[in-house]
Amino acid sequence: MTQKMQITLTVNGTRHELLAEPRELLIHVLRERLNLTGPHIGCETSHCGACTVTMGGRSVKSCTVFAAQADGAEITTIEGLGTPDALHPLQEAFREHHGLQCGFCTPGMITRAAQLLKENPDPTEAEVRFGMAGNLCRCTGYQNIVKAVLAAAATINSAKEAAE
Amino acid sequence: MIPAAFAYHRPGDLPAALALLQQYGDEARVIAGGHSLIPMMKLRMAEVPHLIDLQAIESLRGIRIEGRQITLGAMVTQQDLIAHQGLGQSAPILREAAIQIADPQVRAMGTVGGNVANGDPGNDMPGLMQCLGAIFHVTGPEGPRTLPARGFYESAYMTARAESEILTAVSFEVPTGGQAYEKQKRKIGDYATAAAAVIVRREGTTCTAASIAMTNLSDVPVWSEAAGAALVGTPCDDAATRNAIAAMLADIDPAGDNRGPVEFKRHTAGIILARAIARAWSRA
Ligand SMILES: Cc1cc2nc3c(=O)[nH]c(=O)nc-3n(C[C@H](O)[C@H](O)[C@H](O)COP(=O)(O)OP(=O)(O)OC[C@H]3O[C@@H](n4cnc5c(N)ncnc54)[C@H](O)[C@@H]3O)c2cc1C
Ligand code: FES
Ligand code: FES
Repeated sequence: MTQKMQITLTVNGTRHELLAEPRELLIHVLRERLNLTGPHIGCETSHCGACTVTMGGRSVKSCTVFAAQADGAEITTIEGLGTPDALHPLQEAFREHHGLQCGFCTPGMITRAAQLLKENPDPTEAEVRFGMAGNLCRCTGYQNIVKAVLAAAATINSAKEAAE
Repeated sequence: MIPAAFAYHRPGDLPAALALLQQYGDEARVIAGGHSLIPMMKLRMAEVPHLIDLQAIESLRGIRIEGRQITLGAMVTQQDLIAHQGLGQSAPILREAAIQIADPQVRAMGTVGGNVANGDPGNDMPGLMQCLGAIFHVTGPEGPRTLPARGFYESAYMTARAESEILTAVSFEVPTGGQAYEKQKRKIGDYATAAAAVIVRREGTTCTAASIAMTNLSDVPVWSEAAGAALVGTPCDDAATRNAIAAMLADIDPAGDNRGPVEFKRHTAGIILARAIARAWSRA
């Protein structure tokens, strides 16, 4: 076993210092050390997107990032997006539009969608489909996921306009 | 899927990274976006006792368009390529190819340098760079040198880059003419069953120059000089396209695998090339 290294991760605004083996995957550190079990492990081969988190302003598949690479990074997981009492507009829209069935893909879907709407606040349907192409869902057939993302974009945009 | 243990290094500049490569020799490998290397390490098909992360080296970043010269730092991601306005205008084929690579999350990590240095025949950027006539810039213990993309690939995962060298940038001239990147894949995020990069120049109704490169149809990317030559002096009509396809088919050497048998791949290669030529010509 190689030596453990000290790493610092800022996750959902909280700074964590921990000792990790460099080969530990970010998804394992998040789930097993920090108890953030929102990001899921679906395929562990960078295909399904269930493990998606935002790292340094980019959507990444945390099953394909070493903890060591993430040292120093700011990370957002689904736990950082809303609470049961104050849902994020995307969470609200997924509920409203039946954007989930079993819910396994949902944390990755919503975390990816949140970053997509930061990059492109007013996407077309085609842009949503293209921007969400790294997230697989076995249940919904995607239609309602796309509807939910478009609805959340409208909600966020009108809230922004109202604030201005 | 946990890879074998390794020591992690994050040098802050190129000399420090080169020194680490020297120090650990065969035991060391650089990691860029990690989206080819980490899957290999997880499968234990690559064992890397010393992993040298390039993420903190500023000089490997950046997209520069100076006059007619475009330079992409090795650590430029596919997402960066897609987002760059200037590049979208001066070399639209890059964006067209990049949006057909993997998916958004993979493109957020995967780099130009990793894609061209990797040597996997499935990677899309090597063929694209051969089509563009790009130059790869590498630096090793003896200093920097340049290698043409068209001479870089020796066999699967074997390239002209020495193990002690780091690829720092890719550069090429702003392409003129119509450009198209066409790719057949089984699903989003898949490597190509066949892909074609085509640039054609036109004067009036005549093609004056053409460059054609094919991906995942041999153990290296295939820049088919003969296929390009078959278009020059023609109006890029059906007959010329058929000749270009015949020339291309003589240059590729696909292997049968889970993307299909050899006959299917050759058939697909022809269709993809015809589409790419037609689209490039319509834009020329
Ligand atoms: C699900 C999935 C789908 C994909 N689909 C496609 C696809 O359709 N088309 C495609 O082209 N790619 C595809 N890829 C691969 C992806 O684009 C990779 O990110 C890319 O091939 C490698 O870039 P990287 O920065 O991740 O390199 P890494 O994985 O970090 O490195 C790859 C190799 O190159 C070496 N290397 C990296 N940078 C340098 C450098 N600067 N100097 C010297 N050596 C270097 C490394 O040592 C390693 O051996 C896919 C990947 C995944 C996970
Ligand atoms: S678990 Fe990471 S992409 Fe499937
Ligand atoms: S809701 Fe079941 S996988 Fe998407």
